[in-house]
Amino acid sequence: MTTAMNQQDGTNRTPDTEQLVDLKCVFERPQALSDKPFHYCPGCSHGTYHRLIAEMIDEFGLLDRTVGICPVGCAVFAYEYFEVDMIEASHGRAPAVATGVKRSLPDRFVFTYQGDGDLASIGMGEIIHAAARGERITVFFVNNGIFGMTGGQMAPTSLLGQKTTTSVDGRDPRTTGHPIKVCELLSSLEGVAYLARVPLTSPKNINTCRKYMRKAIRAQTEDVGLGLVEVLSPCPVQWGMKPGDALHYIDETVVKAFPPGEFVDKLESPIKT
Amino acid sequence: MPAKMQLTKGNEALAMGAIAGGCDCFFGYPITPQNEVPEVLSYEMPKRGRVFVQAESEVASINMVYGAAAAGKRAMTSSSSPGVSLMMEGLSYIACAELPCLIVNVMRGGPGLGSITPSQGDYFQACKGGGHGDYHSIVLAPWNVQEMYEFPALAFELADRYRCPAMILADGVLGAMMEPAIIADNAPPPTVPEKTWATNGRNGRAHKNVVNSLVIDPYGLRDHNLKLQAKYKKMQCETRWDTRDVDDAEILVVAYGISARLALSGCKLARKEGVKAGLLRPITLYPFPTEPIAECAANKKRVLVVELSAGQMVEDVRLAINGRVPVDFYGEMGGVIPSPVEICRKIVEAAQ
Amino acid sequence: MDLCQIHVDRCKGCELCVEFCPKHALEMSEGRNAAGYHPAVLAHPDLCNGCALCAEMCPETGIEIYRRQKRARQDATDQG
Repeated sequence: MTTAMNQQDGTNRTPDTEQLVDLKCVFERPQALSDKPFHYCPGCSHGTYHRLIAEMIDEFGLLDRTVGICPVGCAVFAYEYFEVDMIEASHGRAPAVATGVKRSLPDRFVFTYQGDGDLASIGMGEIIHAAARGERITVFFVNNGIFGMTGGQMAPTSLLGQKTTTSVDGRDPRTTGHPIKVCELLSSLEGVAYLARVPLTSPKNINTCRKYMRKAIRAQTEDVGLGLVEVLSPCPVQWGMKPGDALHYIDETVVKAFPPGEFVDKLESPIKT
Repeated sequence: MPAKMQLTKGNEALAMGAIAGGCDCFFGYPITPQNEVPEVLSYEMPKRGRVFVQAESEVASINMVYGAAAAGKRAMTSSSSPGVSLMMEGLSYIACAELPCLIVNVMRGGPGLGSITPSQGDYFQACKGGGHGDYHSIVLAPWNVQEMYEFPALAFELADRYRCPAMILADGVLGAMMEPAIIADNAPPPTVPEKTWATNGRNGRAHKNVVNSLVIDPYGLRDHNLKLQAKYKKMQCETRWDTRDVDDAEILVVAYGISARLALSGCKLARKEGVKAGLLRPITLYPFPTEPIAECAANKKRVLVVELSAGQMVEDVRLAINGRVPVDFYGEMGGVIPSPVEICRKIVEAAQ
Repeated sequence: MDLCQIHVDRCKGCELCVEFCPKHALEMSEGRNAAGYHPAVLAHPDLCNGCALCAEMCPETGIEIYRRQKRARQDATDQG
């Protein structure tokens, strides 16, 4: 259902006016999102982030010239959910694959979609060097502090004390180090044009995420450099929490280790929409 | 400008051959003994409006190739043994996703960090897959600078025809040696088939394209494997080989690459000593010239296989001959190169 | 027609829409959908004002929102 509907039964007709009223669809699936139901667990924000990316592809009119690169991890099937050309990369190498695509086809919009195991663990080399080279790519990074797909093992982004299936007594910094803060780490690289972090925990934060995503996309389309938006996302199943509680946990606890905000913004002009 | 004979280094010839072969994008990481390839391409590619990227690692290189090949471009990388080992995961993905591309391995001594001296120790890796899963790359083995120049175009053509990776398996001698070769200064651009499967943005296409090597359903993955195997069977018709002085020979020497040149000199010396020896040189190592070797060996007294390895291709030669003729092996490792005199001695020994 | 249209078969019962609905118009159903989840339903359509916060929070993009608007004169009749 994509167009405004005529009122059939009259229940929505405002009684105190004679004027006819139509129903207009104000929130629907973006065109760039396929009809396939997500395979993600209940309450997981991957679906939300997918929707936001699809909204952006629609908003910027990029459906016909986008190439997306999906990761290994929970989002390994992401190629099924977007109506754009997609490439499935090996674990952590999406920024290298994106480099190959973007350098070959500089006028296309190229994005990677990566989790924290993919980007901050096995693929740390690729993201750092893509950022250092200032590749004109946009990185949508999902940080949920755990390896979701493989069964809840510790991630490089797991919080100190966080219990996972490979840190059953809680993450101990003496043996497993400290969480890696990707935005802070990348912010020293000159090739980065835009960096921001936002928790996907409320309608307000989701809207902030949209604002950040627009800038990360413009970093590429306006030829400034690499853009990256890190979302703090819940993993209710592997965290052992109800979806709502997982969002509260992010707002109360996770943001202390991963402060939200914009870290780099080299875009000069205001948002063109 | 017409092609002309010029004194050229193997690695430089390969780089110019890649340009002549229509290479759109090169991604690579420095490693000896192939460094002239990225060095030449780093200035020859941009001035033609083509892509050169020095990657942060061989792992990144092969994945950049994956991306550019997925985008429908002629993409390549070049490396040497340890670097090629790092590319094996990516190569397996490329083979499964059926992307055409070129990987050059200018082999050096191994295992491990080994040496920077010539070797042929990567035959198994190149020809038997190398990465995980059931797959093959087309493998071409040049034996002189001329073929270093000509094979990139051939490799791209075969890779496009079969939608598979192609590898040029050279070695440190071929990369570093200089000899006259006919190099075309401005070769006409090759004809590249249309790649309707490429992930290059829909641009009005009714459907999206997906490049992928994940087939989660076991029957689906089996069917995809059967499709790959059918393709490998079909590409057997691309088998290439060369023979020298084999018709009257009593000893057949089988060798590829630089070993074949040494072996040819050895055969000539042996003839002077009264032993009729001839050479069969596989040009494609995959597909392997199994039947030509079996036919050629049928009326010979013995077969001698010469390699710069502990004996890798010799296994395929033995499978081809299947016990009908005795097969001897002579190999050197670690960058030690046998002289034609030593090879002649092995031929003469075999004849006794 | 209700302003909030929930695609019952996309619902995985995460309850985020219920939690974020400022009007408490949504509830979890006792019944199950095709995938076996208890889906969210618009229990009190009269309370719904089409604010779309439920749709915004739904990870499945499983909710469509409609709003009332004055009918454009002629052209609306050939739609729907």
